[in-house]
Amino acid sequence: MLEGLIEGLVTAFTFTNILMVIGGVLIGTFIGMLPGLGPMSIIAIMIPVAISIGDPSTALILLAGVYYGAIFGGSTSSILINAPGVASTVATSFDGYPLARQGKAGKALTVAAVSSFAGGTIGAVLLMIFAPMLATVALLFHSTEYFALMVVGLSAIAAFAGTGQVSKAIMMTILGLMLGTVGEAALFPAPRFTFGVQDLQSGLSFITLAMAMFALPEAIYLVLDPNRSKTGSGGTSEIKDLRITKAEAKEIAPVVGRQSLQGFFIGVLPGAGATIASFLGYAVERNIARKEDRDKFGKGALKGLAAPESANNAACTGSFVPLLTLGIPGSGTTAILLGALIALNVSPGPRLMVDNPNIFWSVIISMYLGNLVLLILNLPLIPYIAKILAVPRNYLIPFILFFTMMGAYIGQNNATELLLLVGLGVAATILRFANFPLAPALIGFILGRMLEDNFARSMQLYDGIGFVWERPMTTGLLFLAIVLVILPSWRARLARIRARGIADGD
Amino acid sequence: MKKTTFGRRAILAAAAALMVSGGPALAGSHQVLDQIHFLIPGGAGGGWDGTARGTGEALTNAGIIGSATYENMSGGGGGKAIGYLIENAESNYDTLMVNSTPIVIRALTGVISQNFRDLTMVAGTIGDYAALVVGKDSPINSMDDLLAAYRANPSEVSIGGGSVPGGMDHLVAAMVMQAAGEDPTAVKYVAYDAGGMAMAGLLSGEIAALSTGFSEAVALAEAGEVKIIGVTSDERIDAAPDVPTMKEQGIDMDFVNWRGFFAAPGLPAEKLAAYQEALTAMYDTPEWEEVRARNGWVNIHNSGDDFVAFLENQEGIIKDLMIKLGFL
Repeated sequence: MLEGLIEGLVTAFTFTNILMVIGGVLIGTFIGMLPGLGPMSIIAIMIPVAISIGDPSTALILLAGVYYGAIFGGSTSSILINAPGVASTVATSFDGYPLARQGKAGKALTVAAVSSFAGGTIGAVLLMIFAPMLATVALLFHSTEYFALMVVGLSAIAAFAGTGQVSKAIMMTILGLMLGTVGEAALFPAPRFTFGVQDLQSGLSFITLAMAMFALPEAIYLVLDPNRSKTGSGGTSEIKDLRITKAEAKEIAPVVGRQSLQGFFIGVLPGAGATIASFLGYAVERNIARKEDRDKFGKGALKGLAAPESANNAACTGSFVPLLTLGIPGSGTTAILLGALIALNVSPGPRLMVDNPNIFWSVIISMYLGNLVLLILNLPLIPYIAKILAVPRNYLIPFILFFTMMGAYIGQNNATELLLLVGLGVAATILRFANFPLAPALIGFILGRMLEDNFARSMQLYDGIGFVWERPMTTGLLFLAIVLVILPSWRARLARIRARGIADGD
Repeated sequence: MKKTTFGRRAILAAAAALMVSGGPALAGSHQVLDQIHFLIPGGAGGGWDGTARGTGEALTNAGIIGSATYENMSGGGGGKAIGYLIENAESNYDTLMVNSTPIVIRALTGVISQNFRDLTMVAGTIGDYAALVVGKDSPINSMDDLLAAYRANPSEVSIGGGSVPGGMDHLVAAMVMQAAGEDPTAVKYVAYDAGGMAMAGLLSGEIAALSTGFSEAVALAEAGEVKIIGVTSDERIDAAPDVPTMKEQGIDMDFVNWRGFFAAPGLPAEKLAAYQEALTAMYDTPEWEEVRARNGWVNIHNSGDDFVAFLENQEGIIKDLMIKLGFL
């Protein structure tokens, strides 16, 4: 192993490869900032370039750089304009956008950058030490456990079920789950809820729904908000300020540590990935936070921003475990990476470490370098990027609308997406004014399809619902989900009773 | 070592790759067409996308066509692009649309409202065979073993695949079981939403066997992770001479997941001939060989009437099977 590691070091630190890392993360970050161009499409664009390079290590280093650069950049639009361009940055917007609205955009971007850096780096360390052993862990999860994991992920909606909002949050979750059933499901050959519209056959696209649910209502809200201030959208002096106080650093450090670990292990599972990792990270951190911290979640908590950001970057790194050690792509993005590797005559799998140790190790080592480059590159740029929000709103809002429209159109090249975007956006805006939380709908939509697929598959494999108690790990995960939903309200109730008890007792 | 010298080459190669759609190259055979516009019914990075761009790259680099442009038009499982090509036929005589086996299946199930007969069939160019695969620790080593296990306990032997029930992977599994004398409707087919997920399901042990594309399984088979117990080609494949065919194991069936090109209806005969000439000329060029080898494609060339006959034959087989399976 040590020999391979040294060879990897030598490979990773050649001039070309360092250049590739820097180039890859630069391209990834900047294109990733545009909503609609997620890591998958950026990597697809870069593949011909990577293949023409010819050397598999260099090509993979470039593509891996693009990958985590894009995840890194994706959080920018979530934070600044509430437009999550990829599913794994939806949770980032839960607290990132409120922070930006409070005029703390610079701080939010800094927390996101530092958390991403930590997540990516811790992920790379874990990948280096444990990758060969983790190959078996990746295969421990069957469809039944994936189903249970999605249920745990759904418990993230509890964060939006604040005072008096429980029924609204549940309604919106169900709406999201229903929207997720539009089109053809993996397990049923017949299209559902398409009303004969051909463009709905493959379902609503994530990006269109995310723009319609998050970015568009926010932009319209900025225009229509009856209480809006006449000047810009926040205190302009603070926007660029990226300082994190010592107390704040102390507050988020344990969150980042925990979520980097948890995110990495969720990323290792081929059917879960960065999106699930970010939702779970958010849900878990909210539930273990103290009462006063928990109430801040969803309203601009630094913890609520740090958790999904470290989790999704660690999960990206984790997803290289099944790719490199088993040759199984766990997501659309790693499937494209696998295609590129095969095109370069490298077959990932258990023999990769033996046959091509320099590829295996140089990619991992390049990840450290890449994450460092991302941090160094992003920190000085944050004041300038955050300044976007200081733009007067009569320029800012058209700008947001333009990016929203472009995001929905660009991935599919399909003008119908624009009609869907506007229709859904109007509906979402009405819901927004009626004080319905929109995040549960998007979570329901994202998790719904995977939830249904894995549930139906489990039912088929176990001839019924028996898997819920026949597989201990499934039972355990479902129990965890119940705890995550019940615990907060139970604790609140307990606190109320105790408070009343003291009052009555005297 | 190679690595130290390749900086400049890499940049040149990258530049060359970006200029694919540039002017005609000097080398190669004579130019047949000025320009082809490739219509891709799916998004960037998919199988259709790779086929169209790879073919365009080989044709331009070999100097057979002047330039190639590409357009991704996803939606409706490919139906949107087909509808577009039919509705705007006359302005699209310069367009070739890439497609594959699912056009036959989705037209039968009604996902796509038109079928291949509504288009001008140009040629099938490449293909992939299907394969049945088991995990490396599985006691099953051949189709006989699989069938014996299935006959002993049908509900325990589930076959997974990366397509919907009634989709390609399911149909292949059903075809194999039918040819082996079993009831194709009794097979427990477990659907996953992508080939990679289905492969993870096989390795994790939740399904007994996997129906998948041969090219998707061959790398893992070489790595010793899975065993390919049967491939749907007529003869053994050069890339994996140890893998037995279904036919030699007494299961009389074959299946090709083809990919090929279609043009707008009412295409002038001379234009069709030019397309077919260009594609035929492509096979002998080193540029095509490079693209083909890089992607691991198998040359399966069916031009003109052969392509029509091939599609009609495949449609007949799939239709009979789908009626039997209760999807039609």
